[in-house]
Amino acid sequence: MFLEVNDLTVDFHTEDGVVHAVDGLSFEVERGSTLGIVGESGSGKSVTNLAVLGLHNPETSKISGSIKLDGKELLGASRSTMERLRGNEIAMIFQDPLTSLSPFHSIGAQIAEVYRKHKGASKSAAWDRAIEMLDRVGIPQPKVRVDHYPHQFSGGMRQRAMIAMALVCDPGLLIADEPTTALDVTVQAQILDLLRDLQEQSGSAIILVTHDLGVVASTAHDVLVMYAGRAVERGTMREVLREPRHPYTWGLLGSMPSLAHPVDVPLRPVRGTPPSLINVPPGCPFHPRCDYMELLGREVCTGERPELSPHRGHGDACYLPLKQKAEIRARAAGKETT
Amino acid sequence: MLRFLIRRVLGAAVILLVISAVTFFLFYAIPADPARLACGKVCPPETLEQARRNLGIDQPLLVQFVSWLSGIFVGRDYEGLGNCPAPCLGFSFVNKAPVFETIMDRMPVTIALTLGAAVIFLIFGVATGIVAALRQGKPLDKIASVSSLIGASVQIYFVGTLAMYFFVYQTQVFHQPKYVPITEDPLGWFNGLLLPWLVLAIIFTANYTRITRSTMVENLNEDSVRTARAKGMRERSVVLRFALRGTLTPIVTIFGVDLGTLIGGAIITETTFGLQGIGRLAVRAVDYSDLPTLMATVLLAAAAIVVMNVVVDSLYAVIDPRVRLS
Amino acid sequence: MTEKLLELSGLEKHFPVRGGSFIKRQVGAVHAVDGLDLVVHEGETLGLVGESGCGKSTTGRLAARLLEPTAGTISYRGADISHASRRALKPIRSEIQMIFQDPYSSLNPRHTVGSIIKGPMEINGIDPPGGREARVRELLEIVRLNPEHYNRFPHEFSGGQRQRIGVARALSVNPKLIIADEPVSALDVSIQAQVINLLQQLQRELGIAFLFIAHDLAVVRHFSQRVAVMYLGKIVEIADRESLYEQPRHPYTHALLSAVPDPDLDAPPRERIRLAGDVPSPINPPSGCRFRTRCWKAQDKCATEEPPLVRLDGNRDGHLTACHFPEDQATAGKDIVLDPALKD
Repeated sequence: MFLEVNDLTVDFHTEDGVVHAVDGLSFEVERGSTLGIVGESGSGKSVTNLAVLGLHNPETSKISGSIKLDGKELLGASRSTMERLRGNEIAMIFQDPLTSLSPFHSIGAQIAEVYRKHKGASKSAAWDRAIEMLDRVGIPQPKVRVDHYPHQFSGGMRQRAMIAMALVCDPGLLIADEPTTALDVTVQAQILDLLRDLQEQSGSAIILVTHDLGVVASTAHDVLVMYAGRAVERGTMREVLREPRHPYTWGLLGSMPSLAHPVDVPLRPVRGTPPSLINVPPGCPFHPRCDYMELLGREVCTGERPELSPHRGHGDACYLPLKQKAEIRARAAGKETT
Repeated sequence: MLRFLIRRVLGAAVILLVISAVTFFLFYAIPADPARLACGKVCPPETLEQARRNLGIDQPLLVQFVSWLSGIFVGRDYEGLGNCPAPCLGFSFVNKAPVFETIMDRMPVTIALTLGAAVIFLIFGVATGIVAALRQGKPLDKIASVSSLIGASVQIYFVGTLAMYFFVYQTQVFHQPKYVPITEDPLGWFNGLLLPWLVLAIIFTANYTRITRSTMVENLNEDSVRTARAKGMRERSVVLRFALRGTLTPIVTIFGVDLGTLIGGAIITETTFGLQGIGRLAVRAVDYSDLPTLMATVLLAAAAIVVMNVVVDSLYAVIDPRVRLS
Repeated sequence: MTEKLLELSGLEKHFPVRGGSFIKRQVGAVHAVDGLDLVVHEGETLGLVGESGCGKSTTGRLAARLLEPTAGTISYRGADISHASRRALKPIRSEIQMIFQDPYSSLNPRHTVGSIIKGPMEINGIDPPGGREARVRELLEIVRLNPEHYNRFPHEFSGGQRQRIGVARALSVNPKLIIADEPVSALDVSIQAQVINLLQQLQRELGIAFLFIAHDLAVVRHFSQRVAVMYLGKIVEIADRESLYEQPRHPYTHALLSAVPDPDLDAPPRERIRLAGDVPSPINPPSGCRFRTRCWKAQDKCATEEPPLVRLDGNRDGHLTACHFPEDQATAGKDIVLDPALKD
């Protein structure tokens, strides 16, 4: 396992109370594979990414658990250790490339400085490497564009430049936080294909954070569904999308019309709104919005918090027996085809 | 870039013309007769008439203004007072001395005072602001903010006079403030201006501390700074290269304005410390209805501000590639 | 034949770009909308899709007469309102309402929810029987919000709830046409579905026509009966829902559909079409067919002659395509990849 996260908990101290952004999260990513982390706002997916990179402010956050990269423990590592890893072994690309890149430095400078810092390269070697990377991500005329500033690039090209910057040191792990949400759909397709190709060439692990299950279907090998800071379902992409086992996953799938969805069937959204992370509902955090609580009874769902089970393979955090879940799925599928 | 500069220079010229005209014509709204003031208490009518002609105020207003204006470029002949070579700013109504020379005499004082104070308040203000931003919420931040606020609220004549009393007369920590030309005696120049510099800087520092602090706090939370950290850049490098860069624009803006204003004359400081700068000259010109000197000081102050504006705008293009290349 | 509510004809909207060294003059224009024909019938939903810079938002604003066209006409129920004065527009304002994209900036934070929803009624002098307040409470219930929250402020609500408040506001004057400009793009996925279901219900129960502007093709398909695809200020294809999604004839439509990532693993696989580059800027649109710079079939004719929007052989009535070399069964089914970074 290249990245192993165990029982990760991230709390933020705010004026209104303690925000339990991530609560006992565990997952793994293998080299050469892509883990899609799916969740909506407040699910804790972005907080998790920043925790892996050690980018949370230690004064306002409390992080516990374990994050191991290739066997090395990252939590509690010294600042210089983390600085050595960031941009080098672990790289991150963000959602909005316009605000995420410095407007004052040329793209070439921003890419070259990472290479120089971590590989000790000379200025000209780093510059050549920057041009090489721009070419690899498909930016036309790289020798010219390397001197340009971020605002002179279009949205899709900027995101490619950010990818170039992230991959310049051949990181073993790439974390992509909603990399295509701000992009047009044709550009999104290009970027997702590019990430796939680059992964094939380099064998790096990718964590792809998104709210779009379609993106997950087209790029991820494994899926982790997060809700209120916890993992509610985990498995391979086919397992989770073919046989989803958690009511929240059902809700997500039911909320998104696919291009083949029968048009006169209304969507089956999740009712209600995401919970407060300061006062997380007891037991299963999803229970206030769950349509199936009456099948188990209130005491079960508000009692002990369900953990991902089984621990290996396709697991979910819901006490409903597998057989019942299959029945519910079949019923829903039946409804869709009438 | 060149086109931009030409356009701004032309615009500046227009502004200066308008300011001069407005000042000139406003002057005549004041019910004081400079000829009478120049002539003295006992003034027979013919002498008064002669005085009028000498000063050139027997002509219609517009003619006077045009003569004044052309004098700046090509020089001018005054009846009774002789030739005044370009740039001719006239002769003072008060002491008949050529205004241009008077101003040139006093310029070094004002410039020395301004630049010295500017260096101090810029460096000190920005440094304090950075410290406050990095130690946000902690005691150091609060101390920095409070002290700069106190500094901004004090009155120069109050603090200045107190400072002179304690630091010059009582304890002799500082030298008596006076102006000594730097070419004559560099050490004396420095010593003579040190106290005025510090007092003037106290007033201005607060602005820089405040703006630096708030802009830096904003910038430190920017996505681009987060990306820099995610790349593994060292924290100090992140702060200096990324966060600080964003504060340059607002700081350059207020620095330009402050510098322009000060060059026009730091009136209260000069008065408090007895320095013969442009500020005191300007005040005296108003008191005595000394039109030529008045026009000259107003023009100078306006020019300083307009020029600084052009410089600041040009600097934006240097600092921010988005301005340069849009 | 249902009545034509909104008709856009030859519609153009150019935004001037000013430049110049000494005196600012117009040096170019953003051709946001550059020759558009569109009809929305009573009770129907027309979806308008396209990527950034295609002009769909501008079209929405023109349809609501928030903007005046540079050329062409906007007609509402037969009356030309393209350049109508504010007074002439007044009676129509209550019939055309708009829902906006950003639930956080489209509600005045200083007004209570009740007064926000009441606003249009007051402005248009509409007095429902039973009073305006009662109507507001009724509307809050229709959009599934608690009528007791009449006196709360927008910041006390979540994004999805604010969007519903916007819908209630639009409904308050009983409009015949609602122009929805990306009404769900800023919302979380599960909330999006709630709002879409609500809009569908209103459509069914109240018979309101919608001009539904969005970039999410799946959502548009779910909600609209007819769909128009825009590219750089023009419509490149328009058809009923089934025809557009099952048999797109325009290469851009085809590429757009193939780019949508589908979570449905059982859906029939689409071929992979990857265009090169980004959407070009509407300041200097390409000559002839605007899509030719990214089209894999472009030929000389495409640069010199702009293809007309017409019904091609084999297509249903109302399915119009603007292409010299449209897609057909022979060309469909092959992967086409133009993106240089993806070619090996």
